Amino acid sequence: MNRDIFLEITENFRIASKTMKMVLHGDTRLITAPGQFVNLKLEGKYLRRPISVGDYDSSESGSLTLFYDIVGEGTAKMSKMRPGEKIQILMGLGNGFDTHMDCKKPALIGGGIGCAPMLALAKHLNVEGKKPVAFLGFNTRKDVVLFEELTKLGVETIISTVDGTEGVKGFVTDAYNSYCTQHPDEIDYFYACGPMPMLKALSDTMKIDGELSLDERMACGFGICMCCSVRTKDGARRICKDGPIFRKEDLIWK
Amino acid sequence: MEMKNGEIDLSVDLGSLKLDNPIIPASGCFGFGYGMEDYYDVNILGSISLKGTTLEPRFGNPLPRVAECEAGLINSVGLQNPGIHKVIEEELPKAAKVFKKPLIANISGFSIEEYVECCRLIDTQECIGLIELNVSCPNVHGGGMSFGTSREDVAKVIKEVKRVITKPLYVKLTPNVTDIVSIGLAAQEAGADGLVAINTMLGMRIDLKTRRPVIANIMGGFSGPAIFPVALRMVYQLSHACSIPVIGCGGISSAKDVLEMMIGGASAVEIGAANLINPYACKEIIENLPVEMEKLGITNLKELKI
Ligand SMILES: Cc1cc2nc3c(=O)[nH]c(=O)nc-3n(C[C@H](O)[C@H](O)[C@H](O)COP(=O)(O)O)c2cc1C
Ligand code: FES
Repeated sequence: MNRDIFLEITENFRIASKTMKMVLHGDTRLITAPGQFVNLKLEGKYLRRPISVGDYDSSESGSLTLFYDIVGEGTAKMSKMRPGEKIQILMGLGNGFDTHMDCKKPALIGGGIGCAPMLALAKHLNVEGKKPVAFLGFNTRKDVVLFEELTKLGVETIISTVDGTEGVKGFVTDAYNSYCTQHPDEIDYFYACGPMPMLKALSDTMKIDGELSLDERMACGFGICMCCSVRTKDGARRICKDGPIFRKEDLIWK
Repeated sequence: MEMKNGEIDLSVDLGSLKLDNPIIPASGCFGFGYGMEDYYDVNILGSISLKGTTLEPRFGNPLPRVAECEAGLINSVGLQNPGIHKVIEEELPKAAKVFKKPLIANISGFSIEEYVECCRLIDTQECIGLIELNVSCPNVHGGGMSFGTSREDVAKVIKEVKRVITKPLYVKLTPNVTDIVSIGLAAQEAGADGLVAINTMLGMRIDLKTRRPVIANIMGGFSGPAIFPVALRMVYQLSHACSIPVIGCGGISSAKDVLEMMIGGASAVEIGAANLINPYACKEIIENLPVEMEKLGITNLKELKI
């Protein structure tokens, strides 16, 4: 099965100060788990752009939702694309979150654009009868995304902003800690995605088990170049192929 | 010119080693040969050059290891590999399971002793058809200059390695030298059975916002379509000055590039960066090769050199 296929843009619009939402239509069968990513070929850019899967339904005529920040030339190009245009996409990359973990009330911890994969993840956890609580951290009110979408799914969603303009003032870890103080021993697992310093802080402080989605610059995105290696207890592992999701206890932070 | 597809012959010779076609994924751009089965049956390839292997395991350089360029990329993977013993025990069996033809081992070292020991060990492996010596690494006993920048160092390492191996030895040259022909000739005189040209060109990028180099290691190896003219020029010079086969490598992204490189003197080609941006790159090139040959009235790849 060809893994590098064209999908058609059906929507592409701004949802926060620097965040866009793009919905695409096409064969999404190669996406098999929340937390996976896809690799987009953009005209005029030599390397592809890896973007994590925000939401999807896996079918021959399915849809794929991407949330992305405009951070450089590649994502700026993406933001100018219009419905009807097609993008060549390498589908279904990476391992994805393990939604079958034995837990009742997992925390979904997202920082900035790292909140993106939490939507599909929450849907999967809901189907499994789990009661996820989402902690979404941003710099400021204008950056906040996904609050409505998650709330609509019935997920208790707690926003934090560094400047305090929305929700809890502070980092997402502060919001998480204060929740745990008020609801001791309830959260029994965590799924996290966000900037590396946030993930490191979580790895250092979380007492419960969990898994983290890592993000680093990639070249191939499918495991052949070793440009994205991280140290784990089992030796070097590729974020793009062995990850991007790793168990907390497997990662070695320097 | 009227021709049937059946008359087109893609096979090439690297000395005594015969390849079904000239297409070889370059070292570092196809892992250890396995893992691409999700994309296509790799047995369509002429051969596969495996990831650079050293005596000791290496994690490689800190991240980020990659910087995008206008028509290529800079990498500083830093020879990440599990070390020759694990490569032999774990990686080669996996590679040999999916690829049924002779493989190319790519050996790196930071001292002559390391090259010799790695080559001696890999030479015993049945699945390896050819040893490629990557002489772009710094010589830790020679002030950190890359082996491949000195005629004497290149000759010395080749002579020592040749003593302990029976398989053909190809020397992969670095383009970061003033006179590649003199290095190629030194390699030939020292007993190299062939050359591979070229490895990456030293380059760097700076992030305008942070004013810091994009790559953690500051500099890295530049490759991709941008270096094709340089690689072609060097292959042309080497193949005319030397009598041993030259495998052309650098910026090849299409069947047309393959033909251009072979007309320029390459006996076969290695394809690096193109695989990273398109997992099907080598497959598509192999499929397009007869089509482009037919357009140009070429039936055989063995006598293309001008
Ligand atoms: C990510 C990456 C890793 C590489 N690793 C090796 C290596 O381990 N050993 C080696 O001899 N060359 C290595 N190379 C160089 C390539 O094999 C090739 O010589 C070079 O990239 C030029 O070809 P290209 O323009 O087709 O990429 C690497 C190149 C890249 C892009
Ligand atoms: S980006 Fe190539 S191995 Fe991960």
